[in-house]
Amino acid sequence: MEALEILFTASFWVAAIRIASPLIFATMGELICERAGVLNLGIEGIMTAGAFAGWFTVYLGGDLWTGVLVAALVGMTLGLLHSVLTVPLGLSQHVVGIGITMLATSLTYYFYRLALPEVTSPPKIVPFEPWAVPGLSKLPIVGEALFTQTPLTYLAFASVVVVAWVLYRTPLGLAVRAVGENPSAVEAQGISVTAIRTGAVMAGSALMAIGGAFLTMSAFNSFFFNMINGRGWVCIALVVFGSWRPGKALIGAILFAAFDAYQIRLQQLSGGIVPYQIFLMLPYALSILALIVVARRATYPKALMIPYQKGER
Amino acid sequence: MSTNIPALRLTSITKRFGPLTANDTISFDVNQGEVIALLGENGAGKTTLMNILFGHYVADEGSVEVFGQTLPPGDPKAALAAGVGMVHQHFTLADNMTVLDNIALGTQSLFRPRLDRAAAKAKIAGLAQDFGLSVKPDALVADLSVGERQRVEILKALYRDARVLILDEPTAVLTPTETDALFKTLKLLVAKGLSIIFISHKLHEVMAASDRVLVLRAGKLSGERRTVDTNRRELAELMVGREITPPAVPAVPRGRVLFELSGVSTVRQAHGTPLKQANLILHGGQITGVAGVSGNGQAALAGLVAGTETPSAGTVTVNGNAISGWSPRAALAAGIARVPEDRHSQGAVADMSVMENVIAEHYRDARFSRSGLLDWAAARKFTQSIIEDYNVKCPSPDARIRLLSGGNMQKLILGRALDPDPSVILANQPSRGLDVGAVAYVHQKLLEARSRGAAILLISEDLEELLALSDRIVVISEGHLSRPSARGELTVRQIGEMMAGHEAA
Repeated sequence: MEALEILFTASFWVAAIRIASPLIFATMGELICERAGVLNLGIEGIMTAGAFAGWFTVYLGGDLWTGVLVAALVGMTLGLLHSVLTVPLGLSQHVVGIGITMLATSLTYYFYRLALPEVTSPPKIVPFEPWAVPGLSKLPIVGEALFTQTPLTYLAFASVVVVAWVLYRTPLGLAVRAVGENPSAVEAQGISVTAIRTGAVMAGSALMAIGGAFLTMSAFNSFFFNMINGRGWVCIALVVFGSWRPGKALIGAILFAAFDAYQIRLQQLSGGIVPYQIFLMLPYALSILALIVVARRATYPKALMIPYQKGER
Repeated sequence: MSTNIPALRLTSITKRFGPLTANDTISFDVNQGEVIALLGENGAGKTTLMNILFGHYVADEGSVEVFGQTLPPGDPKAALAAGVGMVHQHFTLADNMTVLDNIALGTQSLFRPRLDRAAAKAKIAGLAQDFGLSVKPDALVADLSVGERQRVEILKALYRDARVLILDEPTAVLTPTETDALFKTLKLLVAKGLSIIFISHKLHEVMAASDRVLVLRAGKLSGERRTVDTNRRELAELMVGREITPPAVPAVPRGRVLFELSGVSTVRQAHGTPLKQANLILHGGQITGVAGVSGNGQAALAGLVAGTETPSAGTVTVNGNAISGWSPRAALAAGIARVPEDRHSQGAVADMSVMENVIAEHYRDARFSRSGLLDWAAARKFTQSIIEDYNVKCPSPDARIRLLSGGNMQKLILGRALDPDPSVILANQPSRGLDVGAVAYVHQKLLEARSRGAAILLISEDLEELLALSDRIVVISEGHLSRPSARGELTVRQIGEMMAGHEAA
């Protein structure tokens, strides 16, 4: 029964939403890229670079929001590199994406060591503080879970609304979705496929980097090696889970985060009888199950992973 | 705007690709309210010319004027803005989006905070009414028939206020009924002052739907005729440069039953319609034609003959033996040859050599292998003989097959299939995309095989081809095969109605 009671505590949901925040950013980022027809496997590395860039900016004396901006710019730069290779040059998106992840991760560690050659434990910064939304935060459970978070979490939720609005309600979003379905339809209407795809990958990569920066600037207050720890790969699965729809992907991110928050608490309950690795595995095992159930009927963007060369059929 | 200004004027357009001159000083005018047919064989330069006109390519010389304004070269956006609309042969629609979204795409400034769907819907409804083009704006394109998709493409152009509409092989994918509907629409469009260029290599359509015919041959304008002043024979000669005679179908005695389907059904594959309780008998020395709109079970039927599909019910009998353990290899061993529908994806491995492709179906035979090792000398000799016998233009047996033109690739595939003499031949769309000369060659080879006593199953969307070659015709519709009718028993119209799913009375 204790195991069930956890689900009704506010602190559990506060943790779940906090864990979900970086996933929401990065999932929205990946979703934009894939909707435009580009699989961005650079996500893991871009998140690492974003985590470092944001944290390091603040460490050097920058303001927290400047840190977020710098992280986004670093993400956009890596996104630009990814799209130059995959869009006009039409190289394999798998190979380029994995290359970007390795490049970004290694460069990040390199700069970290270059900047801080002596330290053994990474220096700390003052992260974003939780900010209770007046009024709303007084609601039972929901209020505390949703409205006593840090500003970056609110921004994560806002990003879902913005991405959904842009994709479904604006001419630009229409072009992005069309370019992921049939690029020649876009070309035939006088819009540049290269421009739309490049823009989408850059914007998506910026969101991924902000997701990474959340970890160093809102969740922890420092940068560690391997701190992204596969979150980027989880986001790729979340996009599929969400059938390439922002709302569904948001639900997926929260579900995954809830599993994660739940297993931590279960570990404490079990009192060491069950090896803790079982609990660590739980969110991943459940995500695979959820993918099997939900994503089998998913309709993926038809031009996903297919490079577009003008004039070819 | 004075009506004396031509809607479109091309002045000495020349385009070269390396040593090849695709368009050679082509000039013509298109007047307002006129339907121009652009006729020519594959490779004559029709599509290149239209791509220059629409700004996909830049011409080396010459200029394009729309209503007296010179278009900047290589700028599709400018062509769109000047009122040139193009309906491509391969539709440029996004399947998982609505009709409305497909039409509105790119028509509003990209950085507007909100797409105005209501206004777009109203405009589409107006156009639909004016031109008799009914569409459901909220339907997904994926759920539309081919004819409906083409209407959406035309609406896309009209939505942008196109004054000159270019249609690239618009009838290639339509049923006869849909073709008639398209031609009616074109008449309405010209009545409202639009100018239309439609590209085709089908003479009867050109005769039926155009006011003026321009014929392209080898990159040059080889003739220009008012449609009322010409006939099919003259146009064919202008197009090919020599006289074309229809294939002579010799009388061949009907042989014994070589292939039979009785009550055969197949399971549904990822795409395409399965066969339902199909009965079919193929006799030696006969060509059996299968008419139907693509996607009605032709793929399943072809798969059954070629061994890539197995029946879920019923029996397949080859040469008197009921088959079990049916597979492509078993089909080849039973003497079945195939000319697949898509020569690029199913007929050949594009990046392998001509020689490797030629022996691909028979490399295990004693002819080409000894104790598990390939006999390249024998393979080369065989390939050389096919290249010579079938008059294939190809640099060498070692050239990658990708470099060959469609017609030459098809000749190689035919050669591979017909040697050694097969007893059953599956010819699935054997002349699709080939020009008149190559088509005549393919037909001649099939008729020769028929004279040698082979049973031929000819699947085609080209009714003229079916009527010219077939001893018997069956119609396939939603997986059902009709009873066979002898040549001349059914009219084109009756076949068309059966293709649309109505049983002939």
